[in-house]
Amino acid sequence: MKPFQYMRPTDTPAAIRVKGKEAGAYFLAGGTNLVDLMKMGVVAPEKLVDINRLPLRGIEVVGGGLRIGALATNSEVADHPYVLEHYPLLSMAINAGASPQLRNMATTGGNLLQRTRCSYFFDPTMPCNKRVPGSGCGAIDGINRMHAIFGASEKCIAVNPSDMSVALRALDAVVRVSGPAGERSIAMEDFHRLPGEQPELDNTLQKGELITAVELPAPVFTKNVHYLKIRDRTSYAFALVSVAAALDLDGSRGIRGVRLAMGGVAHKPWRLGAAEEFLKGKTVTEDNFRQAAQIAMQGAKGYSYNQFKLRMAPNAILQALKTAAAIV
Amino acid sequence: MSRYTDKPAEQSGPQSESRRDFFKKGSLLSAIAFSPGAVLRAAENKWDEKIADEWEKIPVSLTVNGAPYQVKVEARTTLLDLLREQLGLTGSKKGCDRGQCGACTVHVDGVRVNSCLSLAVTNDGKKVTTIEGLADGENLHPMQEAFIRHDGFQCGYCTSGQIMSAVALLKEGRTASPEQISEFMSGNICRCGAYSNIVKAIQDVKNQLS
Ligand SMILES: Cc1cc2nc3c(=O)[nH]c(=O)nc-3n(C[C@H](O)[C@H](O)[C@H](O)COP(=O)(O)OP(=O)(O)OC[C@H]3O[C@@H](n4cnc5c(N)ncnc54)[C@H](O)[C@@H]3O)c2cc1C
Ligand code: FES
Ligand code: FES
Repeated sequence: MKPFQYMRPTDTPAAIRVKGKEAGAYFLAGGTNLVDLMKMGVVAPEKLVDINRLPLRGIEVVGGGLRIGALATNSEVADHPYVLEHYPLLSMAINAGASPQLRNMATTGGNLLQRTRCSYFFDPTMPCNKRVPGSGCGAIDGINRMHAIFGASEKCIAVNPSDMSVALRALDAVVRVSGPAGERSIAMEDFHRLPGEQPELDNTLQKGELITAVELPAPVFTKNVHYLKIRDRTSYAFALVSVAAALDLDGSRGIRGVRLAMGGVAHKPWRLGAAEEFLKGKTVTEDNFRQAAQIAMQGAKGYSYNQFKLRMAPNAILQALKTAAAIV
Repeated sequence: MSRYTDKPAEQSGPQSESRRDFFKKGSLLSAIAFSPGAVLRAAENKWDEKIADEWEKIPVSLTVNGAPYQVKVEARTTLLDLLREQLGLTGSKKGCDRGQCGACTVHVDGVRVNSCLSLAVTNDGKKVTTIEGLADGENLHPMQEAFIRHDGFQCGYCTSGQIMSAVALLKEGRTASPEQISEFMSGNICRCGAYSNIVKAIQDVKNQLS
């Protein structure tokens, strides 16, 4: 690992000031992604701004919703009694990711910003437009088993690896940030971006901006929810495909509200808007779910090694919806 | 008892004339290269200026297995390397060095973490427990005994990490079923495949306690 300068501010404006001023400065939270990337030589910060002493760790119920501090760990969020009761989908998604040890270290802000696990990105001897813009995409004609089937570009077919973000996308979370130009809110929909011509940009954060919190709207999907994650081994592996499904059902199994999002299929958590539209107002039947899954797959495109995802994804959507609705 | 692995005088002795002069003249930023430890502490409230240089050794105070330590580390030193290389506590193992195996699992402030991905400097003021800190004198921790009784290992390389995880697992209350134990022990890989005996060892300790 290359040496770097280190500082540990205790107030947020100081942290933002330094990060905003220096291109080579990085925030350090749990370190589970950044330290790994530094060891691999994928990133080489000139300075680490350790944000762990900033007062951003609280989880509070505010105005009917929930405000999760950027430094709240993945374990703290997943095990929080209010989250378990009111946002069970978020607990399930977080607990499907990484390992207990990593979740104890990983923070809410860091999880949102974790980089892709594309093996070409992780290997500095390989071409990768995300790591070195203009060097080419190794995956597009290479080993692309883990890669995108939605929203990719000729420049990049990497996927966002976060499980937590898939649930946050389904639940319409909002990311609160603070930067040199003040504070602002970014809807989850607009937070992560598609690769397009600039795959080096994972998200829409501006220079020097710090994530301070994630806010969840008032809880709706408290009961009929499921996070289904399909991976190469039973646990402690990244998703091939994952599905967050949330249903709000009335007394006669009518679908009042529905949220669907997928992980492992795109450069950002992938919301299945058309499938949601189709299901709204219908009743819970396997056939409706099957049709919704087909609708969700419109526009999907496989590459040489990930064609299997074109079948796995609709099957996973169907299964997640069935489990959420408790049909066996 | 306090242990020092580096010569302590430089850090804890009274400040020299020249250092005080420097404070008056230069900014903290430039002073830091000459008097790292003291300046870092003295500048507690001026964090935007308190920057440790690339090659500088930064003072870290932490408690390991009940004993206080004051050490100096480069910012890039991981907690695992501090434990193994500087403190001589080689019970925590380096498997992958990338968070993928769990061999380096220790407890920080009572919570299990991968010490290979934790920078030592971020552990200033924390309480660390390693496998060396589990036994009570000559008496092994019940989890250590159970691993022996149930053959919870073959080569033993993953074992200290497995045991540290298992002790945390009990505290977390994730031992309701063999499936739950396996899921919440999944951050510890065993290349020898001792998994089923590890689960038995954990269930045994759980039953002893209840
Ligand atoms: C072996 C392994 C397996 C894993 N498996 C999974 C998995 O299955 N599913 C999954 O979802 N994840 C998985 N992860 C990834 C893990 O969830 C992330 O590494 C973690 O969430 C990152 O959080 P952190 O706090 O450690 O971030 P850090 O590593 O500290 O930071 C990550 C990035 O975010 C920036 N940053 C951090 N906080 C802020 C902030 N508040 N504002 C602005 N920028 C910030 C940092 O500068 C850095 O660029 C795995 C990781 C490992 C090592
Ligand atoms: S050495 Fe830390 S997880 Fe493998
Ligand atoms: S006992 Fe050999 S790796 Fe687990």
